[in-house]
Amino acid sequence: MMLLIAGYLTYKKRWKWLWKEWLTSVDPKKIGIMYFIVGGFMLLRGILDALMIWLQQSLAAGASHGYLSSEHFQEIFTAHGNIMVFFVAMAFIFGLINYIVPLQIGARDLASPFMNTLGFWLFVGGVVMVNMFFLFGGQYAATGWLAVAPLSGKEFSPGVGVDYWIWSLQISGIGTTLGAINFIMTILKMRVKGMTLWKMPAFTWGSLCSMLMAATIFPILTMTLFLVFFDRYLGTHFFTTTAGGNAMLYSNLIWMWGHPEVYVLILPAYAIFSEIVAVFSRKPVANYKSNVFGLIGVASLSLVVWLHHFFTMGSSADVNAFFGIMTVFVAIPTTVLVFNWIATMYKGRIRLDTPMLWFLGFAGVFAIGGITGVLLAVPSIDFQLHNSLFLVAHFHSTVIGGVVFGVFAGISYWFPKFTGFRLNERLGRYAFWLWIVGYFMSFVPMFILGLMGASRRLDHYDASTGWQPFFIVSLIGGIVITAGVTMQVVQIIASFIEKKRLMDTTGDPWDARTLEWSVASPAPAYNFAALPDVSERDGFWAMKQTGLQKPTYEDIHMPKNTASGIYLSIYAFLTGFGFVWDIKWLIIVGIVGMIYTFITRTFDEDSEYKIAASDVEKSEQEHFVKMQEVEKSRDQSKIGPEYDMGLSDFIKIVWKWLLGLARHKK
Amino acid sequence: MVAWLSEAQKMNHVESHEEASTDRVMFGFWIYLMTDLLMFAALFAVFAVLRNNTAGEPSGKDIFSLPFVLIETLILLTSSFTCGLGMIAARNKDKAKVMLWFGVTMLLGLIFLTLEIKEFSTILHEGHSWRDSAFLSSFFVLVGTHGLHITSGILWLAVTLRYIARQGLNHHKIRKLALISLFWHFLDIVWIFIFTVVYLMSFIN
Repeated sequence: MMLLIAGYLTYKKRWKWLWKEWLTSVDPKKIGIMYFIVGGFMLLRGILDALMIWLQQSLAAGASHGYLSSEHFQEIFTAHGNIMVFFVAMAFIFGLINYIVPLQIGARDLASPFMNTLGFWLFVGGVVMVNMFFLFGGQYAATGWLAVAPLSGKEFSPGVGVDYWIWSLQISGIGTTLGAINFIMTILKMRVKGMTLWKMPAFTWGSLCSMLMAATIFPILTMTLFLVFFDRYLGTHFFTTTAGGNAMLYSNLIWMWGHPEVYVLILPAYAIFSEIVAVFSRKPVANYKSNVFGLIGVASLSLVVWLHHFFTMGSSADVNAFFGIMTVFVAIPTTVLVFNWIATMYKGRIRLDTPMLWFLGFAGVFAIGGITGVLLAVPSIDFQLHNSLFLVAHFHSTVIGGVVFGVFAGISYWFPKFTGFRLNERLGRYAFWLWIVGYFMSFVPMFILGLMGASRRLDHYDASTGWQPFFIVSLIGGIVITAGVTMQVVQIIASFIEKKRLMDTTGDPWDARTLEWSVASPAPAYNFAALPDVSERDGFWAMKQTGLQKPTYEDIHMPKNTASGIYLSIYAFLTGFGFVWDIKWLIIVGIVGMIYTFITRTFDEDSEYKIAASDVEKSEQEHFVKMQEVEKSRDQSKIGPEYDMGLSDFIKIVWKWLLGLARHKK
Repeated sequence: MVAWLSEAQKMNHVESHEEASTDRVMFGFWIYLMTDLLMFAALFAVFAVLRNNTAGEPSGKDIFSLPFVLIETLILLTSSFTCGLGMIAARNKDKAKVMLWFGVTMLLGLIFLTLEIKEFSTILHEGHSWRDSAFLSSFFVLVGTHGLHITSGILWLAVTLRYIARQGLNHHKIRKLALISLFWHFLDIVWIFIFTVVYLMSFIN
């Protein structure tokens, strides 16, 4: 796949273009799209891992031991967890925040554009590291996605697997901290004139809460990973079984980060739903302030619940009770949000486009995840269900129902803003239903299996348990989900084919309320030709009511592109790689390289360029003329979603194209 | 420092592009310091949990020398003072005094670092390494992390002073000095906690 892309780029002589326009770009919009691309590929990889797990579990009953060794199976579920959380969910959330937040707050770029590209490339460094063992052999960690101690110590995991795990998370985690700092700065300091905190759009609020949490917890992860690394590399005794090390300390530290981490992912997703429900009900967000307090409430409560991940580890009953009760309390602000969504829909004129469908799917699936979560929060029940498949089904319900559906809703909602044309509705609906059916088929059996006593991470079980039929149904559900993902790939390709008909000429295809829809689709490099003046909450909606004014153009200062982010990330990667394989000179090269690049970058005082007012006006005019031409040339009678091509049309087109290709070759 | 901050506050109202960006950078650096503080918080928590897990090896009381650490502390505190004097000079755009006071700060930082390395090597020479017990691991890592921060502060300061010597003071450089002095004072505060929690408290029981 990668080779094909590389070949195409060489053939078209586009390497230089790719480097100049994309890889070194500091434009948060381009970085956002690069996050989506990397996240998309990692999603496919993560699903492949999931299918391998499902297949093993439905085969390995009784005399059959399936097709994987225990060791290999453990590596796969570890990689599956890491990739899905760090490199899929985080990638999509960061992609959305990058693209949308500056547009929503009326900013032209981020507070520190360099830190943003650095954060992205560190994230890519982590992605490469997690896939490194494909190239260099060795193995991946076989310790579960959080590498429980003391299993992750040198004594019990002597290979390089855990080292890959450490450096993959370390490099991308530092990138996340930088990203979080940057977005806090941007949201708090760069809002357009008139936009007070209480006038910020819901998604910006969700992002702010999420980034504040990320800045709070990722430093703990960084330090914890360093301590594991010291244990393995320098022979210290933080989490070992000997010389006074304390493995429970590790559980506390890692979950102090790990539990809030899932809320870092879910808060923007909640906020995406707030936006979508409002726009597709054609009403403002109901009870705006309680909506915000709901987000803040979830964010703060989730910081004091980490111990519920190890109720069975031997804390006293009082401690367990405290954390159990705090966990149940998280449901309260969440319910506030749910009621706000219902209140927003009440008496609204609801349109059931795909973003709204994903919301409804979320409401159903996430409710199951939430209720089972409250069940698990009761310590006495948790003693029964701890580490069972019930737990696995629970967190998949929240993460698939919440984060994944939220991201899909967000992408289908903002897709016109990213690319300039909307997504194919019909295929989107197919994908939605495949996901929903697949989810229930694969995870309902898992709930049942968990109640029957099946533990998680099981690579073999006795035939007399009678579990195999459930595992097989679950596998089929997984295949249906995979079909759903395939359908989404088809949907995107089909939308590209019909690009012209689906073109968004107005920049506001959904009749939406917030500022990002007031600019052209896709948004120009400088975001706003003239900065908007916001006086009310739904700024763009208010503007549409009073009539849009003719803008006055001014000179715009924009940050220059820079490759320092890439270089820094390469050196960071080399350092990590050096530590994995214990190559001393590489470690030194990496560290010196990082310091040198960082210094030269921070003392570069010439990091901006100017776009003249006349050029801004010219490019705005050009876009306007181009859009008018598109409107004139396309068949106006065939624009609605009901004309979107179905699957059979798509197959016909691809078939014809393949035939043409074959003939051409002859 | 307070004067500088209130000035940064006032800049909110000034429309100048450069000043707005200075305001943002200062704010962002504060958030960075908070994340760094959380890393130290994690280390302090680890130290608090593991301080009595000596596994038959010596405890803090046996290996620390309080007068020695007090000298270290006084040197670091003095360096914070000279750092403040340097910042006043930077406000007044007095290049010579900037070089002098920040130079003294750097020197004191280096002396502090040397003393810390000497302390570490003494402990190691007595045959107690971080491999021996959880207490020693957490001691070396907590104090060492602070030392690493001091090292990077010195490096940062050295590079900045070199640039100032060559290119003179402009608002970019003054901003950089302001960030460094924030960083330096921050490390000072962390050291006060290390002095209390790691050293003084080992002599209580």
